[in-house]
Amino acid sequence: MDELVNGLSKVGNALAAVAIVLAILLIVFFLASRAKGRAQGPIAGVVFLGPAVLLLIYGLVVPAFRTTAGSFQDANGKEFVGLANFGWIFTAPGNSTFLINTVLWIIIAPVLSTALGLTLALLLDRMKRESISKSLIFMPMAISFVGAGIIWGLVYEYRDPAQPQVGLLSQVVMWLGVDDPPNWLLWQPFNNFLLMIIMIWIQVGFAMVVLSAAIKAIPGDVIEASELDGATGWKQFSKVTIPMIRGTLIVVLTTIMIAVLKIFDIVRTMTNGNFGTQVVANEMYAQSFVAFDVGRGSALAVVLFLGVTPIIIYNVIQLRKERSVR
Amino acid sequence: MSATMRRRGAALLVGGVAASMLLAACGGSSSSSESTAAASAEPAASVAAGCEAYAAYGSQPGTKVTVFTSILPPEQQKFEDAWKQFESCTGIDIVYEGSDQFEAQLPTRIAGGNAPDIAFIPQPGLLAKLVQAGGPVAAPQSVVDNVDKYWNPAWKNYGTVDGTFYAAPLGSNMKSFVWYSPKKFAEWGITVPTTWDELFAASDKIAKAGVKPWCGGIESGGATGWPATDWLEQIVLRQSGGEVYDKWVNHEITFQSPEITKAMDTLAAWMKNPAYVNGGFGDVKTIATTAFQDAGGPILKGDCAMLQQASFYANFWENFKPGTTIAEDGDVFAFYLPAIDDAVAANPVVGGGEFVTAFADRPEVAAAQTFLSSAEFATAKVALGTWVSANSGVPLDTYSNPIDKLSAQYLTDPNGTFRFDASDLMPAAVGAGAEWKELTAWFAEDKSTKDVLAAIDAAWPAS
Repeated sequence: MDELVNGLSKVGNALAAVAIVLAILLIVFFLASRAKGRAQGPIAGVVFLGPAVLLLIYGLVVPAFRTTAGSFQDANGKEFVGLANFGWIFTAPGNSTFLINTVLWIIIAPVLSTALGLTLALLLDRMKRESISKSLIFMPMAISFVGAGIIWGLVYEYRDPAQPQVGLLSQVVMWLGVDDPPNWLLWQPFNNFLLMIIMIWIQVGFAMVVLSAAIKAIPGDVIEASELDGATGWKQFSKVTIPMIRGTLIVVLTTIMIAVLKIFDIVRTMTNGNFGTQVVANEMYAQSFVAFDVGRGSALAVVLFLGVTPIIIYNVIQLRKERSVR
Repeated sequence: MSATMRRRGAALLVGGVAASMLLAACGGSSSSSESTAAASAEPAASVAAGCEAYAAYGSQPGTKVTVFTSILPPEQQKFEDAWKQFESCTGIDIVYEGSDQFEAQLPTRIAGGNAPDIAFIPQPGLLAKLVQAGGPVAAPQSVVDNVDKYWNPAWKNYGTVDGTFYAAPLGSNMKSFVWYSPKKFAEWGITVPTTWDELFAASDKIAKAGVKPWCGGIESGGATGWPATDWLEQIVLRQSGGEVYDKWVNHEITFQSPEITKAMDTLAAWMKNPAYVNGGFGDVKTIATTAFQDAGGPILKGDCAMLQQASFYANFWENFKPGTTIAEDGDVFAFYLPAIDDAVAANPVVGGGEFVTAFADRPEVAAAQTFLSSAEFATAKVALGTWVSANSGVPLDTYSNPIDKLSAQYLTDPNGTFRFDASDLMPAAVGAGAEWKELTAWFAEDKSTKDVLAAIDAAWPAS
């Protein structure tokens, strides 16, 4: 009873707080709407953008500067150490593993996701009941990386061949006649690709849906004209379809690339970066929150940030071009 | 305001019920003295009936103490039950918050000016780190007195940073256990080993019978590798004694020193021995991919004979087979991992536990802190089951389950050589970073002992 009353009073407090905020906003908006003449534009701008800008500064810009500052400081964030943390990232023995792995992830996972997505888009384009197959392929997109990691962890689970198998992959491989399947997650360097498969499994639906829409948006007369000129099959695909959806392809590729650069959840749930599968983002977490070395953690964050920035810029430029064409 | 009034009404009610329970529990002559004390108390007196034991903590109605911990439900409820009477008698509301990301969140919360009043810190290494960064406040004298009275001095030492005592121990766990199946042992004609040599003679005998005698798993998500650090610690303490162990923890001897290298070689002949492991899972490497929670499963099926794991592993057997009995004549039980040489370390025990650290010095926080270090709290919490305290003020008969009782017996042994889990004492970069990672590579990738030890030493922070 007591708890119920307490709970209700808490809900009441929360509702009151929301009401007060809404009232203040209404008053501000009302006053802003009364503004006339030359001041009208600027005032509207401040009223509508102000809160968002403040929150962005507080939640995004300030932390970004603090992280950058932290990357030049020692483990406790007390003393200035110059570029020592960056030196550690690129020279310490063993660190090459996560640097190389991250590069492999950035190249392989987006390219395969996009290629597979494009293939599926083309194949499904001519199928009946296209939407059903598309929904099924798109579905993994709704699963979180951690959830996917746990699902695939069961697929890759290893047991001695003499024991009843738990892992789907081992069992399938054994049915195919391999007597002694490897312990998948320890199988270097292929375990990296096994982890990438999870990412691809999730992203391929996204690539397929976007690319399929782009293909359908190619004007019929272009296709017709190319057919009249004698282009069919591969030639039509490579000389007409691809150039027509080039912008979309690049956007898809770079979007997945950005997601991959930040990849953390899959590696953390599957191997925690052990067995030669470490990547930059998980190392960043390990340095910051396991080893409590804020300096190295921040430096890794800055490296990630610098890595993502050019891709984001390129992505935005492509998006703008796309829009201006339409 | 009105909420406080309601709370007090409820408090009186709870106090009354608790008082009758207390009286029933006391029994004999003491109960009569208690009841006379309660009866003679004036109605207007500040001490309510049944609250005599809590009078020392004062009455501070309307105050609140927040507790932040890594201990999650269902254990949370037992804590709340154990301090319910304290809350109703003193009026201090203890607000419990558990998180499985405790280690990551606590420093962030402190840095953000949002520190809890009290945190149960499971790693003295983290405590030292926090003290350096600023936050924890020194323990009040009342807590110091309790710790001096009830705990082995080794424990107090672990709550002390740079000569200042901060944190009293709370729960404890005993890591020097070997889990086995009494039925299978009888089948194989093996009695519980009491010396290190007997342990390995038994292992050889089981191996000859065609069963891998040991199983193990060190996969634990973000903490993968920790069980392996426990194995190494058991050997170091047994082989080289407490002094070398302390020096190792303080980095006065390195991982590459002859003592630790020798311990690694002993561990290699045990848990990396293909004739011994990994029963029920496969080859030695599967230790790295087997979840520590799953590692004991094959013992019930007889695919594996023994698992070196802590006392809390008792909670996992139910997952493998509902209704598994944990007893000396049951489905599964544990024996004490024998000493190697009594002259080096007598009754060596490696254990762990949480430390009650305060981040505020308000009177209600000090009162809660003192209560949590008292024998009364420990006894009440132990009576609720599946929890062990190294507090010697808890009567051994309070323990209802045999494993907890066995643990408490070793943890409170005045002649025992108790040492805290070394990886929890080392700087996090080593104890929660490099050591986990490198020992995992030692099992998974067969990385050489020399390289593993060198890499761990290299991770030791410079300052």
